[in-house]
Order: sequence, then C-alpha cells, then structure tokens
Amino acid sequence: MFDSLSDRLGGVFDKLRGRGALKEQDVRDAMREVRIALLEADVALPVVRRFIDQVTEKAIGQSVLRSVTPGQQVVKIVNDALIEMLGGEEGQGGQAAELDLNAAPPVVIMMVGLQGSGKTTSTAKIARLLREKQGKKVLMASLDVNRPAAQEQLRVLGEQVGVATLPIIAGQQPTEIATRAMQSARLQAVDVLMLDTAGRLHVDQQLMDEMKAVAAIATPRETLLVVDSLTGQDAVNVAQSFSGEVDLTGVVLTRMDGDARGGAALSMRAVTGKPIKFAGTGEKMEALEVFHPSRVANRILGM
Amino acid sequence: VGKSKLDDAQLDALEDALIMSDLGPRAAARIRARLADERFERDADERAIMEVVAREIAEILRPVAKPLDVVAFPRPQVILVIGVNGSGKTTTIAKLAHLFQEQDYSVMLAAGDTFRAAAIGQLGVWANRLNIPLIKGPEGGDPASIVFDAVKAATDQGTDALIVDTAGRLQNKRELMDELSKIRRVLGRLNPEAPHDVVLVLDATNGQNALSQIEIFKEVAGVSGLIMTKLDGTARGGVLVAAAEQYGLPIHAIGVGEKIDDLRPFNPDLLARVIAGIA
Ligand SMILES: Nc1nc2c(ncn2[C@@H]2O[C@H](COP(=O)(O)OP(=O)(O)OP(=O)(O)O)[C@@H](O)[C@H]2O)c(=O)[nH]1
Ligand SMILES: Nc1nc2c(ncn2[C@@H]2O[C@H](COP(=O)(O)OP(=O)(O)OP(=O)(O)O)[C@@H](O)[C@H]2O)c(=O)[nH]1
Ligand SMILES: [K+]
Ligand SMILES: [Mg+2]
Ligand SMILES: [Mg+2]
Repeated sequence: MFDSLSDRLGGVFDKLRGRGALKEQDVRDAMREVRIALLEADVALPVVRRFIDQVTEKAIGQSVLRSVTPGQQVVKIVNDALIEMLGGEEGQGGQAAELDLNAAPPVVIMMVGLQGSGKTTSTAKIARLLREKQGKKVLMASLDVNRPAAQEQLRVLGEQVGVATLPIIAGQQPTEIATRAMQSARLQAVDVLMLDTAGRLHVDQQLMDEMKAVAAIATPRETLLVVDSLTGQDAVNVAQSFSGEVDLTGVVLTRMDGDARGGAALSMRAVTGKPIKFAGTGEKMEALEVFHPSRVANRILGM
Repeated sequence: VGKSKLDDAQLDALEDALIMSDLGPRAAARIRARLADERFERDADERAIMEVVAREIAEILRPVAKPLDVVAFPRPQVILVIGVNGSGKTTTIAKLAHLFQEQDYSVMLAAGDTFRAAAIGQLGVWANRLNIPLIKGPEGGDPASIVFDAVKAATDQGTDALIVDTAGRLQNKRELMDELSKIRRVLGRLNPEAPHDVVLVLDATNGQNALSQIEIFKEVAGVSGLIMTKLDGTARGGVLVAAAEQYGLPIHAIGVGEKIDDLRPFNPDLLARVIAGIA
C-alpha cells in the first residue's frame, strides 16, 4: 500500500517506455499520475505544479515526441528534473554543500526549526562530526528554556559525543545564555560554537523575535533550518516564515531513515532556496550524512 | 437567481486548497467529486463553497470523535502512548494527566522511554509540576520492566489512570516495533485488560506519512485511538480525513500548544472548518 516514490514513478515510466509512439495526450496522462505520486509523497503543491508544467512543456516538444524512443526521453526529462529539484543543478553538479566555517572563531552555527523537528539531536551530531572529522574544538549551548529538561538533553548528548556544553544556569533567558556562550567560547578559544534553540512555530511572533535577538548577538555564520522529512504541505509555510525572519544558510533534513517517500527532501531546496547540508538517518549520534543531492535522488528514485 | 454547478476552475481551486491542508490527492479528489454534483447559487463566492466543503468533511469526521474516558474496572485504566519521534507524546501525556486530575481522577505516569537523552527527566519535570507519582528506572534500562512495575504500583495504590510514555520510533524500524508489542504484552500480565487504550500521537505537521504511521502502529501495537498535536501552527491536519475514511479510529483530542492546558477535545465541525480554511 505504501509503495515508495520510485515504485510509483516506475509504474508510470514502464507504461511510457512500453509504447512505440507517444501522443501529447499520453504525456499529459502520465504527468497526471506523476503529480499524484509526488503529492502522496508530500512534495509541496507549488513545487509540484511548477515541476509538472516545466516537464510537460519539455516532454511534448516535437523533438521528443518524434524521436525514435519518445518514452525513454520523457523518462529522462522527469528524472533530470527531479535531481535538479533536490539541488543537483549544474554548477553544483549534484555535489554536497559544505558547512561554511570561514570566519573568525568562534564560528557560530545556530539551529532553528519547529518543535520536535530534531534540532537538539542534530546539534550534537554535527558537533561530533566537526570534532572527529575536522578536529575542531566545539562548544554547544542550549538556549531552550521552554521544553522541560531540554538543556539537560543537550548536556547528556554532549557527554556521549565528547563535546563540551555550556554549564546550565537556571533562570537565564535565551539572549543571556547566548551572550554567556559567546564569552565562554572566546575565553576557551573554541573553534565552533553551536547554538541549539527551542522549537518554535513560525506563527509565534514573540519566539521569532527572540530568535532574531539571539542571531543579532551571536551573528551566526550558519543558520540551519532543521526540518522533519515527514513534513507535509506545511513545509512551504515553515520555510518561508523562517527564511523571512533570519538569514538561513542551509537545511538539515531529519528522520530520513523513515519510510517517507522523500517529499520534503524533494521540495525543501525549492521552497527555501538553500541547500540541504545534512540528512539525519537515525537517533544515534553517528546517524548523520552529508547530503549528496544526486545520491539521494538515486535512492528516492530507486536508480 | 438560479443554481448551477461549479466550473472546472472553481473545482481545481478547492481541490488545491484541500491538498494544501494535507488531505492528500486522493481524498481531495473524492471531495471534489462530491462537490462537482452539488448545485450552488450562481453568485456563490469562495467562502460559501468552502462552507459546503467543511460540511462534507465534518460528516466524515463526526463518527470518529470520541473523548478518552476513564471507565476501566478494575482500576487502573492503562493508557499506552506511542508514536514516531518528536510527535508530542511526552507533552501530551502531561496534558492528559492534567485533564484527568481536573476530573478528580488520580493519575500515575510511567517513564517507558529509557532511550532518548533526558526523556525521563522531561517526564519527571511534568510529574513534579502536576504533583503526581512517576515510576521510572535507569536510563538505558528495560522499558518492559518499568511498565510492569508501574502497573503493579498503580494497581496496589488504586490509581484511576496509569499513562505510559514510550520512546519515539519510526514505524519502519522492525526491532523497535517489536519492542512495542513486547511492552504491550507485559502491560497485560497483571491485568489482561491492559492496556485499555493505545493512543497514537500524530504530528499535524506530518503529511501523508501519517497514514503509514497509523497502518503500521495499528498492526503492531493495536492502536485504539488518535491524538493530533501541533494544530496551533499553520498545519491543518487534513490527513485525518483520509484516516477517518480508511481506518475509522477514534480521535480523542488535539494539541494546540506546549502548555499543560493546551489539549482540546476533538471537535469535528471546527477541524473541518480549519481544513477548509474558514475557521
Ligand atoms: N529516527 C530518527 N529520529 C531522530 C532523528 N533526529 C532526531 N530524532 C529523534 O527525534 C526526536 C526529537 O528530537 P530532538 O532533537 O529532541 O528535537 P528538537 O527539535 O530539539 O525538539 P524541541 O527542542 O522540543 O523542539 C527525538 O526522539 C530524537 O531522537 C533522525 O534523523 N532519525
Ligand atoms: N506548538 C506545539 N508544540 C507541541 C505540541 N505538543 C508538543 N509540542 C512540542 O513538541 C516538542 C516535542 O514534544 P515531546 O512531547 O517531547 O514529543 P515526544 O513525542 O515525546 O518526543 P520523543 O520522545 O523524542 O519521541 C516539544 O518541544 C513540545 O513542547 C503542540 O500541540 N503544539
Ligand atoms: K515532527
Ligand atoms: Mg530541542
Ligand atoms: Mg517523549
């Protein structure tokens, strides 16, 4: 019942390839099925619309329909467009987008996103990666004064990955913690300071203002929007609101180990205009992958 | 003025609006088809049309609205709370406990999530605030033994409701799902009726994947009802329409915030209006 996106598309593609000649209507029918498959995979509707329009226009071009293998060509057009959607366009060549740490230390990475999206876990995973793979001295600080035991959670994860966390002082507000974290990072000659923030809804203006105030204090080099790959159509609202408030530099897609059909992965690039930098693939601290658009495209598309 | 059917552009617009509310393409197409047969006043505006859409959706949702009541005899009523990571289980447990307290029931919590960092501490803070007992074990311990102890303690103390927290797990993780059926079995050891309720907590910001969550958690853990959280944002929870059609599971309540009293009874007419964008 819950076939993967690649199974669904595969069915459409087989039909297309199976025919010798293709009429414009055949292409339109196939695109209707592709549309449903993408929407069931939770690709954002505006992205689906643009995708279907562009692909249809290319695919009904005379050179395609009159070619010897029209089905094959339409399939290729769809595949190429999907890879491009994931951030694999030319220039970037489907390569991973690296973290930008080219600034005077402490280089600040701020993690933002909705409640429960995976910020705290991803903060510790990235810190671990920076420490183990790049030999960076990292400090993590939780600015989450809302969720019970949130700071404690980051502290425990810090112990697991061998990365220091800012000592917890009860009663401090997020901006105060950010200031203290900056001082501490400078004093201890930390390379990278990671700021984990409380989950917030994009419609909660008070919390959005708080996030901006933190950004003003810490001037993050990277502001990563952490997004659950199970996200549905709300992804558009979330992406637009967060990028309207702070200068996002990238996306972390969590729970890529689930059976979601990759919709959020397919639309996040398009709706934020920012590269997906990491994929979370489990609860364990090692479960973080650098995001390679072409590889993920291959996985989602089953190629 | 006479009545007429909606034109294709109007039907397309309403179908798109429903998809944006996470109804999914198929359920949206079904509602579209129903609306295509209706006759509207010639000057019906978008709002008038969406009023009718809301009415159709409310009809689908009404049969599944059912609050979570404490009725078990003998006590305690054991409520197992499950779901994917970060959906809002622990917070919802605190809210439910508060609701039961307000109804004068005694409540106990069990910290069945021994896996996630500070999960026990998180539930502990809520238990403290509510001043209710929490049965817990060491981090990394066996959740089955904790829930066994909890049923025993709640039974001995004559507690009305025991609410059991569990670690978040994605439904495609075989091993973690097996652990859930084990927890379920252990809950039934002292009282064959337990768990009386198995509540699946769904995150409104999740899209069509929620259907897969319902399907698999239902199969493995015998889900008896749903609570949807995070409806205080812009996500509208339209997936509940397809869920009601396909699974017919009771919907007990909705979460509309992070605070203790941010749990609301499930009101099908209101949610239908939210989904239709006219609430
Ligand atoms: N399976 C899986 N679980 C994840 C992943 N990333 C995070 N999680 C889990 O998701 C849940 C929520 O993660 P957190 O890191 O607490 O999320 P958060 O965004 O910090 O949550 P708030 O601070 O409450 O907003 C936890 O159970 C994590 O273990 C992932 O990539 N895969
Ligand atoms: N806005 C909003 N946030 C909520 C709601 N319910 C829970 N949250 C928040 O969502 C985040 C995750 O909630 P938890 O209760 O920790 O979720 P969980 O399912 O227990 O998470 P794991 O145990 O890690 O799987 C927290 O930041 C909560 O405050 C809700 O109805 N609305
Ligand atoms: K989520
Ligand atoms: Mg957090
Ligand atoms: Mg929890």
